[in-house]
Amino acid sequence: MIRFIVKRLAAGFVLLLVISLLIFVGCEMLPGDVAQIMLGQSASPENVAALRAELGLDQPAPVRYLAWLWGIFQGDWGVSMTSRQPVSVMLSERLSNTLTLAGLTTLVSVPLALLIGMVLAVHKGTRLDRVGTIVIVGLCATPEFLVATLGVLVFSIHLRWLPAISYVTPGSGVLTLIKSMLLPLATMTIIVTAQLARMTRAVVGNILTQPYVETARLKGAGSVRVITVHALRNAIGPLINIIAMNVAYLISGVVIVETIFAFPGLARLMADSVQARDLPVVQACAMIFSAAYIGLIMVADIVAKLFDSRKESGASS
Amino acid sequence: MTLLRIQNLNLSADSGKPILRDVSLTLEHGQILALIGASGSGKTTLALTALGHMRPGVRHVSGQVLFQGQDLLRMSRRALARLRGRKLAYIAQSAAVSFNPRIRLDRQVTESSRIHHTMSPDAAHARAREVYRTLDLPTGEAFYNRFPHEVSGGQLQRFMIAMGLHEMPEILVCDEPTSALDATTQVEVLKALDTGIRASGTAAILVGHDIAQVVQVATHILVMRNGEVVERGTVEQILHHPQHPYTQRLLEMHRGFDAGSGTMADTAAAATTAAAVSPSDRTDRPPLLEVRDLAVCYGTGGFAVKALSGASLTLNGGEMMAVVGESGSGKSTMARAIAGLVQPSQGDVLVNGRLMERDVLKRPLPMRRAVQITFQSADTSLNRHHTVGRILGQVLTFFGERSKERRAERIRELLEQVHLPADYVDRKPSQMSGGEKQRVNLARSLAARPDVLICDEITSALDNIVAASVLDLINELKRELNIGILFISHDLSAVAAMSDKIMVLRNGEVVEQGPTAQVLGAPRHPYTRLLRSSVAEMRLGWLEEASALHRSLRDELGA
Amino acid sequence: MMPHQTPSRLKSLFRPTLLSVVVALLLLVAFVVLAAPLLPLHDPNAFLSSDGFVPPSGEYWLGTDFLGRDLLARLLSSGRVTLGMALLSTILAHLIGDTLGLLAALRGGWFDAVVSRIVDVVLSVPKIIAGLVVLAVTGPSLVAIVVLTAVVYAAGVFRISRALGQDLIAQDFITVARARGEGNRWLLFGEMLPHVVMPLTADFALRLSFAILFMSGLSFLGLGVQPPMADWGGLVRENLDGLQIGSWAPIYPALSIAVVSVLLNLFVDGLQEREKKGGGV
Repeated sequence: MIRFIVKRLAAGFVLLLVISLLIFVGCEMLPGDVAQIMLGQSASPENVAALRAELGLDQPAPVRYLAWLWGIFQGDWGVSMTSRQPVSVMLSERLSNTLTLAGLTTLVSVPLALLIGMVLAVHKGTRLDRVGTIVIVGLCATPEFLVATLGVLVFSIHLRWLPAISYVTPGSGVLTLIKSMLLPLATMTIIVTAQLARMTRAVVGNILTQPYVETARLKGAGSVRVITVHALRNAIGPLINIIAMNVAYLISGVVIVETIFAFPGLARLMADSVQARDLPVVQACAMIFSAAYIGLIMVADIVAKLFDSRKESGASS
Repeated sequence: MTLLRIQNLNLSADSGKPILRDVSLTLEHGQILALIGASGSGKTTLALTALGHMRPGVRHVSGQVLFQGQDLLRMSRRALARLRGRKLAYIAQSAAVSFNPRIRLDRQVTESSRIHHTMSPDAAHARAREVYRTLDLPTGEAFYNRFPHEVSGGQLQRFMIAMGLHEMPEILVCDEPTSALDATTQVEVLKALDTGIRASGTAAILVGHDIAQVVQVATHILVMRNGEVVERGTVEQILHHPQHPYTQRLLEMHRGFDAGSGTMADTAAAATTAAAVSPSDRTDRPPLLEVRDLAVCYGTGGFAVKALSGASLTLNGGEMMAVVGESGSGKSTMARAIAGLVQPSQGDVLVNGRLMERDVLKRPLPMRRAVQITFQSADTSLNRHHTVGRILGQVLTFFGERSKERRAERIRELLEQVHLPADYVDRKPSQMSGGEKQRVNLARSLAARPDVLICDEITSALDNIVAASVLDLINELKRELNIGILFISHDLSAVAAMSDKIMVLRNGEVVEQGPTAQVLGAPRHPYTRLLRSSVAEMRLGWLEEASALHRSLRDELGA
Repeated sequence: MMPHQTPSRLKSLFRPTLLSVVVALLLLVAFVVLAAPLLPLHDPNAFLSSDGFVPPSGEYWLGTDFLGRDLLARLLSSGRVTLGMALLSTILAHLIGDTLGLLAALRGGWFDAVVSRIVDVVLSVPKIIAGLVVLAVTGPSLVAIVVLTAVVYAAGVFRISRALGQDLIAQDFITVARARGEGNRWLLFGEMLPHVVMPLTADFALRLSFAILFMSGLSFLGLGVQPPMADWGGLVRENLDGLQIGSWAPIYPALSIAVVSVLLNLFVDGLQEREKKGGGV
């Protein structure tokens, strides 16, 4: 078991290194000189050369790659090309906003989705299941910006309950903070819940067709007992996997949602930086998102394996 | 009051197709009713209604299932749940999938007592141990607390029986409790079931496909066909005075084997002389198929597992050799190695005296066609998107038949050889029955005009009567085409009467081989005797004898 | 079991099942979008009104956009861009993914190992992040977006088709054909193809819906199709400010994406349902 965890961690780390290399090489292929772009066409050659030296651009690429990696380990992500601020400063505040949004979404949608998915699975084939499934499939296929724009139209414009745009400033009160986060949170929650519930229904529904569930029912077990004692035990591994997949999905959802609501999060920072072609910031954001993604999948693998460890542990008992 | 009375029960599939037609039966205290019939006869569906259970896709049309006067099919889910596990218990066909893989066996056996609060935990614990002892399970708390995948198939099925008997139910429904097990294990589990039912005095419904097995346990028999009751009576009545032709046919299949085995002992001596004048000895012609010291290993290096070691055999044209063994005995591995699908680690395969390449793809075309193999499952060996004509035609084309007319003619001929109507050429596998598909499967092998035909368990997925007709076909092909047939089977009774030679495999080793009459008439190895004694015989008292014999043979084998 | 299915099969073909309704609706969408230039509509790029966000009227069925262009005309013309690009990249993704996946299943060995590792890497980067990085480097470019989408989704297609192939290869009818000595061409096209057509069609439809969502997302972020050309995602972006004055202008394109995506998902569900019923005999 420990061997598996170590192997899995090592694999995740190697993967991250490969991705860092890809990101770095990708950005190297940008046509034109970065220092020239930063200073504009009218800059004097001396200034450009000075900036190149300052940014370390006169070093060969492998050296710069290693320096960049080494910087990341020390929390130094470089300097933004547009704002000339250290990237780490720009990240810190944005990161906590995004983490709050993603964390709250997870907290709300995971239990909700598991509940919905299981209820639908137990009632498979009934009218409740058919209606529920159509709603879920519909929501799964809906783009975030439809849910978001409809939400704004209804709650901000017509009802005027919530702000259409999230102005989160450090000084604002808790109520304002909650209010401004409510629409982005609701949008993300709806989409994630629908997807997770759909998968939960499939996983649990499949387990409920297993012969051992029939055996349990023929022993007189009711639905609650069948789910809690028999089905859940076998569903936990796959369920953890799909939960992780969906939380990882949040990453792509968050980019769109943050942009629509002008939410000051990491994803919007990245999207803005891409438009400004501010590569150090793009690189940093890409690394953080990839690391989060890989980390989640890795944790899911390990936890699923822990729950599936009966093969090793059982024999000795 | 009658314990269980089923009255004019009609069930249908969702599509409206009837599954049970006007079935009635009664079950009294102490009776053990066997339901016999082919797959699709509705016997399992009928048995499950005694638990008030219908599988998804089954609909109640009319009729009643009265347990102690209450109609189970009209009962609320709650009321039903209160009866299940306590008064009405169930033993599933395959224990391997019917136990929850993540709950310890003892917890599952005693679960009913926790659901229904029938006993204190201590009493439930004690009761479980009592049943385990009755069923002859190994003793020890550690053993009882294993997970399902940690015990053998036979033990698991006995845990399943223990689970059914734990609450001392009024009715025990057993759905083919032995059919998923190896032949030798079947006897022991059947004996355990018999002992368990008798010890608890419960009434039982026993679904079975092997009539010889169920008569050992049952007191009454109900024969079913296409959802209808064909015949019913006590075991004696059915066994000695069967009225319906279908029942008579079911019984005859077994009589055939019993009669054959009776004469085997007599002809044992004669067989040796018969073998002495077999064609291979008279002429200098090499045998059709010769296998020398064949061994197969799976895996490499330190992890290599020997699947087959040192098997040798000879087979002549017009001869059939049965290769018999349980799962894991290496019989299929041998078949695949001879066919060149698995690489042997040592040994030679010769056809007509010519050494065959180990890899089938390295064999030249004429040699490749000389050995053909037919697999167990027609469902996976026939491409379900192709018609029969395309399936057979491709083989002909591949082996060089360019003319479309000649191909069509040859396909007609092949269909005739396997006794299928000529218009089946346009059918797809989904439009044929299991037996018909297996015939097409055979026809495809024959299309290559092989010298040696290897049949890998081709009858095991079929119902008895259908399997018998496929065996007849093989026998006929052997004579008419004068080909050698290697028939792999786990079922000794299926092949005993028809094969000329037999080879018994166990754990990858050849235990015994020789002329069938000799090997089965006077088996020398205890394992052969064990297999031989596992074939159910159609007489009362066989189970007692067989299980006693089993115990001593198992001791002899040290297992 | 059922010797003569032909009459019932014919009947079921004409019975209005969910699947046939969905297919009809998809065809309708495709037709309307394709035939838009022939329909009596306004020029999608003409500035017809000096005000933006004119409410729907007899003249402008869906109103006008932020620059006073006819929204219906723009919706249809940008639909052509959206569907066309998504279709193109999904076809590319399937061409790459299916070929590599089936070959990897059939050949195994180093080929399988190498491609599988590459696919692992591609799949371990969130798609939108990969898209953002690539577009940061190349700048907004139609070719880059189509190629990017194709590559990113080809990795998923590879996983599916490889698994399908491996499943098939374990089946006895392939063993029989291989033992006979049939070449890869017959194995692939004669034996395997009929089995993978349905599942791969379903996957195609599903991936098409993903591709539409993905590309619309990029356009919405301002990194996809650039003005004056637009796709549905871009249309949402352009008209987002309309929300503040209660205009539905950004809702229509978002709704269009949702409708097509839901239809494609229902199509996949319908296919799988039919497959299940057909395979159960």
